[in-house]
Amino acid sequence: MKKTLWKRSLPWLCTIGMFVLWELVCIVLNVDTFILPSPVAVWHSFVAHTGLIMSNALQTLMTTVAGFALGVSVGLLFGLLIGASPSVYDALYPIMIGFNSIPKVAIVPVLVIWFGIGTVPAIITAFATATFPIVVNVATGLATIEPEWQDVLRVLGASKWQILTKIGIPRSMPYFFASLKVAITLAFVGSVVAETVAANSGIGYLMMIASGRFDVPLVFAALVVVGVMGVAMYEAFVIVERRMTFWATRRQEVVT
Amino acid sequence: MGTVPVHEPLIDINNVSMAYGGAHGVIALAETSLQIKAGEFVAVVGPSGCGKSSLLKLVSGLHPPLRGSVHVAGQPVNGPLKICGMAFQNPMLLPWRTTIQNVLLPLEIVASHAGRFRRNRAEYRERARELLATVGLAGFEDKYPWELSGGMQQRASLCRALIHSPELLLLDEPFGALDLFTREDLWDVLQALWVKQRPTVILVTHDLREAIFLADTVYVISPRPGRVISKADTDFSRPRTLSDTFTPRFTELSHALREQIGVSAGR
Repeated sequence: MKKTLWKRSLPWLCTIGMFVLWELVCIVLNVDTFILPSPVAVWHSFVAHTGLIMSNALQTLMTTVAGFALGVSVGLLFGLLIGASPSVYDALYPIMIGFNSIPKVAIVPVLVIWFGIGTVPAIITAFATATFPIVVNVATGLATIEPEWQDVLRVLGASKWQILTKIGIPRSMPYFFASLKVAITLAFVGSVVAETVAANSGIGYLMMIASGRFDVPLVFAALVVVGVMGVAMYEAFVIVERRMTFWATRRQEVVT
Repeated sequence: MGTVPVHEPLIDINNVSMAYGGAHGVIALAETSLQIKAGEFVAVVGPSGCGKSSLLKLVSGLHPPLRGSVHVAGQPVNGPLKICGMAFQNPMLLPWRTTIQNVLLPLEIVASHAGRFRRNRAEYRERARELLATVGLAGFEDKYPWELSGGMQQRASLCRALIHSPELLLLDEPFGALDLFTREDLWDVLQALWVKQRPTVILVTHDLREAIFLADTVYVISPRPGRVISKADTDFSRPRTLSDTFTPRFTELSHALREQIGVSAGR
């Protein structure tokens, strides 16, 4: 009982500790707000611009979720294709690695040429960053199925499709849900990066405007909000993962 | 068993060699011949790595022979058989399915059941429930495999191998990972199931007592490359009990087979 309470409070204590340390560094070293605003200064800025920050945060959240949703559907599809068929794997892997190696900032200008300034480049960038880990995870889950499981079904006359639906897909679900946690945080990176270059709303846009006016506390307030949204979404997918694939994470669940 | 006359061998393995990794790969079986009658319970024993499991892959059509021919029910085997039940040393239950859902899995696949299964779900569930009860798993239907002990998982695995009343049951050291008492318990369970359904069984094991206790015929295979070096009929009346295993005749047969394996292993 005491131990679980300690375990539960640990992340909170650590986070609070980080902010305290940050505050202390600013006070002790007398850092200029222009260089590194203290947490208290950031908080004041947040309070002063709550409406502005929240409306832009909401925009970023929507953009991120849209790109992420696209990434999930495409990533799941390609992951299944690549994991189920070695020839599709061989055919597509170099292209996928190539795309993933391209810094996403680099494609934003191209997207602007194609779609103009606005929400679309941010959604596509979020999609591009979120897709890869999903593909890799789902493909790995499919490709590492124990051959005996397939034998059990094959001697019953199961088709490839049946083996995929009865074993392949359920078996790769823990990998899929694990990848969602990573993918949602990457989607935030993608959308915010795109917004700093090619948007007229969103947290990234707000940060660019604020830094242009040398309003560093506002930049940091926006940064913290992005971080908080990332943690919140990550935790949401931890819960989804636990519900959907409890059988794979049972060691924490069924302690009797 | 269906249209196959009892005297004709259900499984005819004729002068078969088998290798992993092509003709120049590891030879697992060399010029092996075996005939198995329908409804016969055959055990295959031999030192580890002698190609016992390869024999199962061959019969089930999961792996093609390098030379020679395999016929099942008069037909040459050139792909997975579709009439088999299979169980392994590892129970291989699907962790996302409950015990009863695991047992029902073959009925979702086997062509003759799959259509009816969707319509008569309740009836099939009852059948699975009964089968689970005969192996002592009543009340565990809705538990997940990882909530069961190793012996219970293996019982469920046997049920899954038998739920669709397969003509051919292939068992690859199914009790190899269990302790002695659990294993002896499961011999009884398997014997009872076999007497009831009468499938043709090929049991691969390295436990001689298990082989003699369960099988009608015991084949001994030599170390790699494996070939059949001896065949013994066990004519103890059924149902056999554990006390049979302590009779002089049982012990003699067990010693005789053990010597075969010892000699062939080069001792």
